[in-house]
Amino acid sequence: MNQQINQAGKDQSVDNPQRKTQKKHQRPQDNGPNIIRTENSNVYYGNFQAIKDVTMHIKRNAITAFIGPSGCGKSTFLRTFNRMNDSIDNFKHTGDIYIEGTNIYKDKIQVEQLRKDVGIVFQKPNPFPKTVFDNVAYGLRIQGIKNKNILEERVKDSLQQVGLWEEVMDDLKRNALALSGGQQQRLCIARTLAVKPSIILMDEPTSALDPISTAKIEDLITKLKEDYTIIIVTHNMQQAGRISDYTAFLYMGELIEYDTAHKIFTNPEYTKTENYITGRFG
Amino acid sequence: MNNVLISKTKDKVFQIWGLIATLIGIVLLALFIGDIFMDGIQRLNLDFLTSLPSRMADQSGIKTAMAGSIWILGLTAVISFPLGVSAGLYLEEYAKKNRFSSFLEMNISNLAGVPSIIYGLLGMHIFVRTLGFGTSVLAGAFTLALLILPIIIVATREAVKAVPSSIREASYGLGASKWQTIWYQVLPASFGGILTGVILALSRAVGETAPLIAIGALAYVPFVPSSPMDDFSVLPIQIFDWTSRPQHEFVINAAAAILVLLAITLLMNGIAVILRNRWQKKLTG
Repeated sequence: MNQQINQAGKDQSVDNPQRKTQKKHQRPQDNGPNIIRTENSNVYYGNFQAIKDVTMHIKRNAITAFIGPSGCGKSTFLRTFNRMNDSIDNFKHTGDIYIEGTNIYKDKIQVEQLRKDVGIVFQKPNPFPKTVFDNVAYGLRIQGIKNKNILEERVKDSLQQVGLWEEVMDDLKRNALALSGGQQQRLCIARTLAVKPSIILMDEPTSALDPISTAKIEDLITKLKEDYTIIIVTHNMQQAGRISDYTAFLYMGELIEYDTAHKIFTNPEYTKTENYITGRFG
Repeated sequence: MNNVLISKTKDKVFQIWGLIATLIGIVLLALFIGDIFMDGIQRLNLDFLTSLPSRMADQSGIKTAMAGSIWILGLTAVISFPLGVSAGLYLEEYAKKNRFSSFLEMNISNLAGVPSIIYGLLGMHIFVRTLGFGTSVLAGAFTLALLILPIIIVATREAVKAVPSSIREASYGLGASKWQTIWYQVLPASFGGILTGVILALSRAVGETAPLIAIGALAYVPFVPSSPMDDFSVLPIQIFDWTSRPQHEFVINAAAAILVLLAITLLMNGIAVILRNRWQKKLTG
């Protein structure tokens, strides 16, 4: 995916005379192995329904982007995949979410284990107020790994994966909060990688960063796709167009359209999608 | 034009009045400390710090009262710290928001406002009599621990609340359990704040007189307590005793002892301020 396609997509879609009627559900095309399957997933906060009957299949080793206007439920939906919403008062989930075949809301699972398999990176870089080393080692230490050699190796590996090793190798004992915003976010990604998840959730990971740091993170995400499944929530349409393989458009808690990024950005099926990606609302 | 002039004058007048109001407290305190300093400094020397109390004012010292204060301080800290911090953590992290927890919260706020003499009477009944501790260091320390418990609980809650939720989320997101998140992230991040609260609470305890008099602590103790079950005196009681004597020499002794007590509380408050600044820096980078 690159900017050209994105650009072309915009022009084309404006001229596109197609105005399809709204279908309630969008079944994803099935031409690859799925890692996450949601079936009629609903999320409620008290009486408010944040996610409405979403059924979608997410591909392994691909980047799937969730786009949509603020409050459309994309972050809420993302956080159902590692049950980060559990602690919110009045939160309720109905329907099924399968990750690698396990129903994460209905089967008996350890939510701590789930979060080791499904890592998360947040909007604002949130390193622990500890050293760089301790930040990356934290996820391992809470699993009971104490061996210094293993810790050092995994910390180094993880920092190398995010391209931070050269920048911090001289002083792994410095406070993580002293790093720049972009470095902090890469540290947070390294911290997640150290635990060796199979899926990484990213909740607007670059929205608090400058363009150069953003570019670095985008490169990193594209590279990580080889080993991980990545689901990213983004407000930035160009970003979704640049890095995602599949794009899902959510609106008012509903999954309006879900397809390859190419299709979504060049020839979306639905008027709402087209209006959103062309900037007519949102 | 006239209106503007009037409001400008009012502004000026209020500024001056405000300055006076601010200065009253500070000036009075300075005068008081200055007066005590003039009286007490002549008596303040090593002998005074290391002598036992005596009938003779010029041979009398604060050795046993100091030792008693240190005993009380240490034991009070040991008793109140784990209780207060655990209670604060429970209320902030575990307690469900319901009627029971708001009932608890209301009572803790109320406890903080109970006059200290009431704690003394409570300690007298429970620790001295019922539990049979006698008028010992232990009974005094338990009484003072109860007195400062609400302060420590409130300080712990504030410090825990100040830990950004993003840190908790990051910890949970890496697969940490609630206990691990509290133990490895929340507590270390809030520890500076908790410690500050504990020190401030202890510096209040070290100056308390009424509850210890109520439990029957003695003014004249000719030995240094060697176990928690020994009788004791503390600096404030020694001061109180000296100031009630008719001879002027004892008043001088009291002034010198007040200087020592003031030095101890100021030192503790100073440490608390330094800790708090350090902690805030650590949390924000």
